Amino acid sequence: MESFFSRYRNASLLVVVLFAQVLGLAVQVKRTTETGGTRLVRFWVVNAIAPLEKSLVSTSHGVRNVWRNYVYLRGVRHENRDLKEQVERLRIEQVRLSEDAAQARRLQALLGFKEQFISQTVAAQVIGSSGSDQSHVVYIDKGLSDGVKPDMAVITPDGIVGKVLRVYHASSQVLLINDPDSGVGAILESSRLQGILRGTAAGEIMLRYVMSDEKVVAGERVLTSGGDRIFPKGLPVGAVQQTNPGSDLFLNIRVKPAADLSRLEEVLVVTRVVETTPSTAEPSGPVRAADILAERLPSVPQKPKVVPAAGAAVMATKPPAETSVTPPSNSAAGAPKPSTANTEGATPDATATKPAAKPVTPAPPAGTSGTATADGAATKPAVVKPAATKPAGGGEAGRPKQTNSAGQPPKPATPPPATQPGEEISR
Amino acid sequence: MSDMTIVRTSREEIEVYRFGPFISVLVPLLALVIQAFVPARWHGFAVLDLPLLVTIFFAVTRRSQMAGLMTGAIIGLVQDALTHQAIGLYGIAKTVVGYGASSLGVKIDVENPGTRLLVTAGFYLVHQAVYFMVARNILGVALEWLWARTLLAALLNGVAAVVLFAVLDRFKRST
Repeated sequence: MESFFSRYRNASLLVVVLFAQVLGLAVQVKRTTETGGTRLVRFWVVNAIAPLEKSLVSTSHGVRNVWRNYVYLRGVRHENRDLKEQVERLRIEQVRLSEDAAQARRLQALLGFKEQFISQTVAAQVIGSSGSDQSHVVYIDKGLSDGVKPDMAVITPDGIVGKVLRVYHASSQVLLINDPDSGVGAILESSRLQGILRGTAAGEIMLRYVMSDEKVVAGERVLTSGGDRIFPKGLPVGAVQQTNPGSDLFLNIRVKPAADLSRLEEVLVVTRVVETTPSTAEPSGPVRAADILAERLPSVPQKPKVVPAAGAAVMATKPPAETSVTPPSNSAAGAPKPSTANTEGATPDATATKPAAKPVTPAPPAGTSGTATADGAATKPAVVKPAATKPAGGGEAGRPKQTNSAGQPPKPATPPPATQPGEEISR
Repeated sequence: MSDMTIVRTSREEIEVYRFGPFISVLVPLLALVIQAFVPARWHGFAVLDLPLLVTIFFAVTRRSQMAGLMTGAIIGLVQDALTHQAIGLYGIAKTVVGYGASSLGVKIDVENPGTRLLVTAGFYLVHQAVYFMVARNILGVALEWLWARTLLAALLNGVAAVVLFAVLDRFKRST
């Protein structure tokens, strides 16, 4: 036996080394589903290679910068003039677009849509790759110390790039969207068909799970759908390059990525995404929907001010804990009937446009001259919208809606006077 | 002529070379860094496998099966660490290549550029075949074997090996 091993020593060693590696592979395959942590050997290698790559990148950038900024300046003056003209054109366009964007924000707020905003990014440089055709990953020079974490989206101004797979102290591994292990929720811009982007072994990107009876045209833009919870919704992914009927029920849609994945230099890591309901507030200050509507609706000529009779309009309020509005007394003599226009104008913000689920009709408080009834509230719910469904202290939506006699919306800055139950407010 | 060939390929006539520890570490490390750095800027470079070429060079030059397989195993495992896949895929493939190249180096002369091209192209195919089999059968990775692309890559790696080996020949020392 001993002579056998001494005779075939090298072959035995080969078998032992191969067996050890196969065993290692098997262990990794088993453990991947359990922990998914970073192997120590991977940690060592990346920490050894990354500084070398960083120094190579910084050296090449230094040489390139010296050449571009101090030596090769041909045509810079001409280019500067062109750029200034372009800036002027873009400024004009920006004004127009900001108007459109403001309108879109208002409409989205009214519809109660939620949007995801990229609120924080970290710029990073690509310092290396796996160097293999079978593994489409790149390394960036930002890591744990810069706030980068696994599963963060990596993008460029052109489009998405991939997601952070592993994070080291000063570098990170990014899985590109053209890797077979990658998956991105995507949507076609005009047809709104949704699918999943997956890479192929050849480094192409395919949009999967679009039914074969759908019509998808080449050139249509592909955006992120936000369904993967990694990429915010609406980021550009690329454009449809080719569509073929697949062997199964789905189309084979090849997508050309918007970002050049083979020549990445600088990328952005999305470190924070805020999901929020867009505000209707303009950048210059708070503007309410009522004011916007008042601006856009045909103006009503100002009526001469009518001095109401004392005690004509009665609006009794309950304590804030009950947050209700007692309907105006119908029985009060000479009380001005609130018009529908008043109601529209009294809508202070988007949330108040939602009808209250259940109008609260409190019992008439003692000592009130008016006789508010349940009928008054039930039969004319649109006249004065009760905000009883809103909790106390919930802002303006929780306050009583008041209108003046001219049908104009109340001044937003003026809070309604604090009233005690049974108090009368003259209008 | 045939007698001369037999004499030239006998083990006693083939010179065994060795390398200093600095070269033994620096050259594979440099190959790995270049392999990781350049494809990030120029993706077409990924068709070359510099760590494989270095493995073959050290294996055929040292002509020691043990040294060959250990060189292949270490370089392959380090290369695996740079990918996102399980560690061991390149390790196994390069261990086989290192063992095979050193075994071949014992039997034939690999100083000739034409031989180097053919040997490297052949071992590139062996490397890809082992990688493909292990990835598919052990890890279940959906890989496609593309004959045209693989043969072209083998040829390109063979050409690159002729140039690289000529440069690395300067660092070898006779025993």
